[in-house]
Amino acid sequence: MSVIAPDFKFSKFIQSLISDVVWFVLIFSLIGFPIIMMVLFFIPMPVIDGELLTPFLAFTYLADPTRTLPIVQSFMMTDMFKIMAFPGFGFAALLAAATIFVERKMLAKLQLRVGPFYCGKFEGILQLMGDGLKLISKEIIIPAKADKPIFWAAPVLFVASAAAFVALIPVAPGWVVADVDMGLLAVFAVIGFFPIVTILSAWSANSKFPFIGGIRALFQMVSFEIPLILSLLGVVMVTGTLNLSEIAASQSSFPWILFLPVGAIVFFITMLAELERIPFDLPEAESEIVAGWLTELSGMMYGLVQLGTYLKLYAFAALFVVLFLGGWNGPQIVPQFPMEIVTEGLELGPVTAKIGGLEPLLTELITPEMINGVLMFVLKTVGVIFFILLPRGVFPRIRVDMLLNLGWHKLIGLAFVNIFIALALVYAGVLGPGGLQ
Amino acid sequence: MTNEFLPPGLALQKADERIMTLNVGPQHPGSGHMRIIVQIDGDYIVACDPDPGYVHRGEEKMAEYRNYITNIPHLERPVIHDSCNVLYPYVLGVEDLLGIEVPERAKYVRVICSELNRCIYTMYWLAIYGIFLGHSTMFMWPAGDRELLIDLMEKISGARVTHAHFVPGGVRNDLPPNFEEVCLRQVNYFEKRIREYAAVFYDNPILISRTQDTGVLSREDAIRLGVTGSVLRASGVDYDLRKKEPYDVYEELDVHSNVMKEGDSYARSKIPWLDMLESCNIIKQALEKMPKSGSVRVKLKPNPKGKGLNSVYKRVESGRGSLGCHIVSDGKVEPYRLKLSVGSFRNLIALPYLLKGEKLGNMPSVYWSLNYWPVEADR
Repeated sequence: MSVIAPDFKFSKFIQSLISDVVWFVLIFSLIGFPIIMMVLFFIPMPVIDGELLTPFLAFTYLADPTRTLPIVQSFMMTDMFKIMAFPGFGFAALLAAATIFVERKMLAKLQLRVGPFYCGKFEGILQLMGDGLKLISKEIIIPAKADKPIFWAAPVLFVASAAAFVALIPVAPGWVVADVDMGLLAVFAVIGFFPIVTILSAWSANSKFPFIGGIRALFQMVSFEIPLILSLLGVVMVTGTLNLSEIAASQSSFPWILFLPVGAIVFFITMLAELERIPFDLPEAESEIVAGWLTELSGMMYGLVQLGTYLKLYAFAALFVVLFLGGWNGPQIVPQFPMEIVTEGLELGPVTAKIGGLEPLLTELITPEMINGVLMFVLKTVGVIFFILLPRGVFPRIRVDMLLNLGWHKLIGLAFVNIFIALALVYAGVLGPGGLQ
Repeated sequence: MTNEFLPPGLALQKADERIMTLNVGPQHPGSGHMRIIVQIDGDYIVACDPDPGYVHRGEEKMAEYRNYITNIPHLERPVIHDSCNVLYPYVLGVEDLLGIEVPERAKYVRVICSELNRCIYTMYWLAIYGIFLGHSTMFMWPAGDRELLIDLMEKISGARVTHAHFVPGGVRNDLPPNFEEVCLRQVNYFEKRIREYAAVFYDNPILISRTQDTGVLSREDAIRLGVTGSVLRASGVDYDLRKKEPYDVYEELDVHSNVMKEGDSYARSKIPWLDMLESCNIIKQALEKMPKSGSVRVKLKPNPKGKGLNSVYKRVESGRGSLGCHIVSDGKVEPYRLKLSVGSFRNLIALPYLLKGEKLGNMPSVYWSLNYWPVEADR
């Protein structure tokens, strides 16, 4: 066994864990438990439903669904749950992780190879976990002449901006972290943060390749933000609102992509550029400037930026779905719940199985409409993500002058064409008040 | 470190506040085993100084201490993917020095091996050209399709790379039984595969707009700078050694040399691809015309010696252009001096002229379109 890198043994690791747990239990039972009991002795216990609440009774409440399910329901309606789990970070991170897996496998199939294969028994499904563990365990190296506070802060800021973007996306009716009236303006504001974070990270590294990459990212993001904003004006004109939930709800009978295909195309191309995907991955052009503005990032700092990138990819795809593909609207394919089983209970011979407290949860919060909406939204988002990933296997990288030419000359013109189409549709009375909707 | 401690070629002088000096390499994904010192003004390259020499192995000096047979395995090291072509001029030269007549079948086997190796090398080159342009599919496809021909070479020589198959007096072993059929089948499939590359790579509008009219090398400049091979033929000079100075049995085969007039990165990247198609054609012809049986090797005496003070210069068309080998013999068992004159180094000379005034984004495509192999240039 060498001194520098001692052999890692899984059994030793488990042993050390078990010894920790044993010590914890021993100390708790010898010192902690008597202290709790002595404290309880002096506290007057409340009376609930005509019964004195003893510690034993309190423990039995945990296994009673009529008492725990309302707690779960009220927890699911809190902002914390929304931010951390369902429409917010956890849901988005899960989709982003799935995106990475699908990207790697799909690209591999396109290139006649296998892709991740060994990690996790089935088709390398745990490869991402392995990569994440590797990144966490790596040393973080900061360049000696870097501006350290800003260099440290930039990856965190990047993830924070991406998460703020995710928070604005409505997933199902009422399921959105921040239901802002000026939702689309807030989206533009959040998108405006990314070039700032990028240039901060690139400049503070005090290295040449990140600097060039950062300047390229700045060029790219700033010049594509204008067609991005202009391409979405058409949707705002025909709906008359900036609230993303209302925009999604307005497409109950048809999605806007049928009437505004030019805007959708322009938005899709600008989206690719904002996401730095191939063919617009100039800020990370490997053969020219190493890894661009990510060159000096190491370990989990790089991992954070990757997480932010994929969160951003999910958020942009979701924004495309909300604005052009009708968000959660779609045919109802989820069947109604068998409510008589929930209310009456399921008769299994002499026994009647019934879970009390489930009825309000299923009628108020997790309705079939909500599940169907989420399903539709996820299906559409996955479709859009597929089309975002596809160019990576087909196109080479373009050059910075071609990119700027595309952004300033062609896409802005097309975005104006889209605005005129929207104006014509509204004034002709096809859409808007008095029209189809 | 200040400039006075550095040799003059490596000094990084700060000419202007606007000029930024970039060291592209030797540790850079877009450089290979070399360094390109690039000075940029914004996005434009104002000066470029290629700095090879990081993989110098002294092949020529080593050759002076080994006899004519033991020189074979180490002389193919400069380009292991193209090892038959690297050995070709050496073997031709030694045969000339020793006065050996090679059997007819061995000449055809050599042509087949040499063309197979040219394809193997060019596919590797094409894979790297693809990834330099950010086209990952074009990295994976050639890298995978090479295997077809590598398997063929493995059947012939027993090794997947560094075959050491050419020896003075012929080739080491005869072809395995049933080789002609397998070879024809694999080469036909290979040809079909590389024709598909046009759809995904050479006809790709983004690639065309990126590489056309970049790094233009005019016909006059190409001749003046002395570039060879695909770079020369992309500039409109029809100079293919297989046609101009046919060696072995190339004059009996119908060899078509591909020429394009543009002289830009796109033409330089397309010529090797056309050459691969031509190689498939040559292999098929050679398989047809080859004598079906006969000796493939003239048995030499142990430790063959040259006759007195004598020198010979032979050159062949390798994957990277003209590859010459000058052998000076003083009648001993080992050569007195051996000099390899490689196409890579000649093509590298054009790099500073081509990159000046180009955008930084064009650097990888122009650099790699020169068909340059760093290890071969350093020898």
